Amino acid sequence: MTDELTLGERLRQRGVSRRGFLKFCAATASMMALPPSMVPAIAAALEKARRPSVIWLSFQECTGCTESLTRSHAPTIESLIFDHISLDYHHTLQAAAGDAAEHAREAAMQENWGKYLLVVDGSIPTAENGNYSTIAGISNLDMLKEVAEGAAAIVAVGTCAAYGGLPHAKPNPTGAQSVSELISDKPIINVPGCPPIPVVISGVLAHYLTFGVLPELDALGRPMAFFGQNIHDRCYRRPFYERGEFAETFDDEGAKKGWCLFKLGCKGPTTYNACATAKWNEGTSFPIESGHGCIGCSEPNFWDAGGFYQALSVPTGDAGKTLLGAAAVGVAAGAAVGLLNKRNKAKAVEAHEKVTVDDLNRE
Amino acid sequence: MSAPSVEKGIQFIREQIDAPVASFFSACVHCGLCAEACLFYGQTGDPRYTPINKVEPMRRIWEQEYTLWGRIKSTLGLARKVTEKDFEEWEPLVYDACSLCGRCSLVCPVGNDISGMIRKIREGFSAAGYAPEGLIGATTRAVQIGSPMGVKLPAVQAQIGHLKHDTGLDAPLDQKGAEYMVLLSSMEIMNFPEYLEAVAKIMKQAGKSWTIASKAFEATNSGIQIGTSDIAAELVQRVVDAAEELGVQTVISPECGHAYTAIRWEGPNLIGRPFTFKVKHILEVLDEFREQGLLKTDGMEEAKLTFHDPCQLVRKGGVIKQPRKLLNMVASNFVEMTDHASMNWCCSGGGGVSANERADEIKFKAFRQKKSQLDELQVDTLVTACANCRITLEEGLEEYEMDLPVVGLTEMLADHLVDENEEQG
Amino acid sequence: MSAEALLAWARGPGFDWALGIFVLGMLLRLFEVLSLGRKPDLAEGRGSGVQGGLRTIVTRTLPRPSVFAREPVRIINGYVFHIGFFLVLFFYGPHIELFQTKLGLSWPALSTGIIDALAVLTVLSLLLALALRLTNPVVKFLSTSGDYVAWLVTLLPVLTGYLAYNHMLLPYTQMLALHLLSVELLLVVAPFTKLTHMFSFALARWYQGYQAGHRGIES
Repeated sequence: MTDELTLGERLRQRGVSRRGFLKFCAATASMMALPPSMVPAIAAALEKARRPSVIWLSFQECTGCTESLTRSHAPTIESLIFDHISLDYHHTLQAAAGDAAEHAREAAMQENWGKYLLVVDGSIPTAENGNYSTIAGISNLDMLKEVAEGAAAIVAVGTCAAYGGLPHAKPNPTGAQSVSELISDKPIINVPGCPPIPVVISGVLAHYLTFGVLPELDALGRPMAFFGQNIHDRCYRRPFYERGEFAETFDDEGAKKGWCLFKLGCKGPTTYNACATAKWNEGTSFPIESGHGCIGCSEPNFWDAGGFYQALSVPTGDAGKTLLGAAAVGVAAGAAVGLLNKRNKAKAVEAHEKVTVDDLNRE
Repeated sequence: MSAPSVEKGIQFIREQIDAPVASFFSACVHCGLCAEACLFYGQTGDPRYTPINKVEPMRRIWEQEYTLWGRIKSTLGLARKVTEKDFEEWEPLVYDACSLCGRCSLVCPVGNDISGMIRKIREGFSAAGYAPEGLIGATTRAVQIGSPMGVKLPAVQAQIGHLKHDTGLDAPLDQKGAEYMVLLSSMEIMNFPEYLEAVAKIMKQAGKSWTIASKAFEATNSGIQIGTSDIAAELVQRVVDAAEELGVQTVISPECGHAYTAIRWEGPNLIGRPFTFKVKHILEVLDEFREQGLLKTDGMEEAKLTFHDPCQLVRKGGVIKQPRKLLNMVASNFVEMTDHASMNWCCSGGGGVSANERADEIKFKAFRQKKSQLDELQVDTLVTACANCRITLEEGLEEYEMDLPVVGLTEMLADHLVDENEEQG
Repeated sequence: MSAEALLAWARGPGFDWALGIFVLGMLLRLFEVLSLGRKPDLAEGRGSGVQGGLRTIVTRTLPRPSVFAREPVRIINGYVFHIGFFLVLFFYGPHIELFQTKLGLSWPALSTGIIDALAVLTVLSLLLALALRLTNPVVKFLSTSGDYVAWLVTLLPVLTGYLAYNHMLLPYTQMLALHLLSVELLLVVAPFTKLTHMFSFALARWYQGYQAGHRGIES
């Protein structure tokens, strides 16, 4: 049900001052690397924004993404914005249940056909006809296709929706797939992370509300503003990497001194996210700062990247097994070739025709 | 016996390839440093004389027939087979531009014994009929007459006669039970008879019994130089038979390079069993006499002199200290060449090069290496311990109009022996 | 293929295959050499072949002064390349981590700044080696396509490693993938080129040294 009030009117009703509102717009602009001159445009757009209808579908997920987004210490602007999109359907947050919930979804779709925003978290199982996860008897796969048809754009929140996430890890028994593997005719923005940082979501939504289009995306469909840099380049422990000072265990001298966690499996160099700059819990800390290597949770297949505690420079296979296997084959092949050599040489020796002085002159 | 042919040559090369050869070809990294050690390359600048290039036909045969990868390439038609043209092209590289001096083997960074491989590849070339005329002639004479220069027993007997006449010393023939059996190289018998006299004098002073075998007096082994082990074995067998028949303890190889290599290192392997007697170079024997106090000399050579190290004796024979200790007994002004001992340069005539007339031009070019060594030192006398080196040096010095006498070490020692007649008298 | 998928393959099956082919290939070459045998030496020896062989494996590492005097640049460059390559391979922290995880062996690392400089030095010495190969008449005459292939597959890992570490040319994930792939290429190609010398040099030195030790001659 869309509200009659604009976003600006709504915020004022809640007691957010003009000044506070502008501060938020400025912060959002700078987070998105937009110039200060854009702030009035953002403010004007958000002021007038009609609450877009948002349908949030939760599929094969742990609800961590929702938890992250709604986790706040005090009502924040983000949460207010979140309140002020018309969240017409969300399993965890909505009051309705059962048939009433499904009817609400269908009504929202009909009313806002072609204009609503579809947010998905969780992966979509496709094995066994999609029966590994159903809602009201409808498989996730079918529901996704149905709702996507009338959506203006799709936001795949969390690594499960963006790339398949945990269910997608080997051996992927449910045939879990990402949104972009299943829908190809709608603009999709991936906001990965396990879970994603709260401010990343609100930044994306603010961009959409302001400009009506999705922000600039990278090759993996992620907003460049938040996923354009890798952790390694923004990590405050980088000087230790440069100097070759690595923690070898979680409680050795190096660890206590806050040295680089490369050897403990940190995937910072190959992970693109805003953790090292925006951080978590509103800028309190992030995994590396707490002493644990980055697990690369915003990257595809991070569960199958060789283990969280195996360094990037270490091959992921069983080298010992490979060595033994190759050695066994090598010895067998070598013995065979060796025998062939021996035989050929023996034949040459046997065929030796003694040379006498009469055999030295060629004709 | 069978006619020479390219196929036979390839067969022989196949036979010669063993684990060391395979390891050498596997290890070669084409660094080219072997060329820097070779006097033939150094004095001509022709990259074909790079030692490892001289054995390229052998490398191809090894790769195509003894490696899986090479066999696969062969089956796919990607391998260049060794043909008659290769034998033609490589013959001068293998025989004319290589004296088997072994300097390349000593400098190869990965440890390849390249000169050893050149010795092996000669087996294939000689079996294919691609050995130089000069060597074929020498070898034929060695087998049929008993000496590569055609020296027969009467010539030896004549020299023995001269010896008796000039010095009163005896060179006993076929003395059973003598301690030493002395071999002579044709070159010594013909050109440097002083050697025989020197040996006789020294043996007298040392009080040792010695003999010369009438059936096997020749030390030079042409079979080694042409690279035909079948013939080399026959020549060695003659010496072995004589030594065992006479029951001698030690066979002495004379001042000759390849003769030493032939009997000392290749001999037992050619005939297929260890010797029952010892083999020593004359310098080894003389040094033993020196250590035992049996060599009494008097007076010193005042002239500034240097020693040319025969390759087969010093670098490949390991007789390094002995010539120096002996020389220091009779020389007061002995200076070493900058590259001396194991790193000395070949005279340019070893390994059959001097018997190969076709190689004269390149031999004289290569001699410039020795010339530069001598120019640097400016000595009055050149001492050496190999008759072939001696003649090659003399010819080279003449070619470049250098006035420098060449002397054999044994001869020089004998000249300084304390005359016992005088002592007693 | 995405950069991340390429990296995952390079770290996974790519490495396993490359390592397997390397081990298999090298063992095969070893058997090919040893199977040809060596006749025992019946000549009376003066010394120990074993001692000669072992000694020569070590002593051949140094050049003879007279040869060094003729080609000092080429010889020194050879040392710079080999030493640089080994130091970078065995004394860079993340590489040591590889050995520790897979083989259980570890040793102190060199400061990464030094490794970085060594990598540059190694690349430069490889470029010089190529220039020398092309301009020296003997070496050029001896060179085959195998020499140039070996040169390239040796250069690429050092170059890509340097570029990856310094986050140059391509995004890190891609550059790291290229580095691993270049190492895998080196492993796969090695048994089929002169790079076998990384093992056969010891065999060759041993064989000649053995004979020399037996004969009591220099080697």
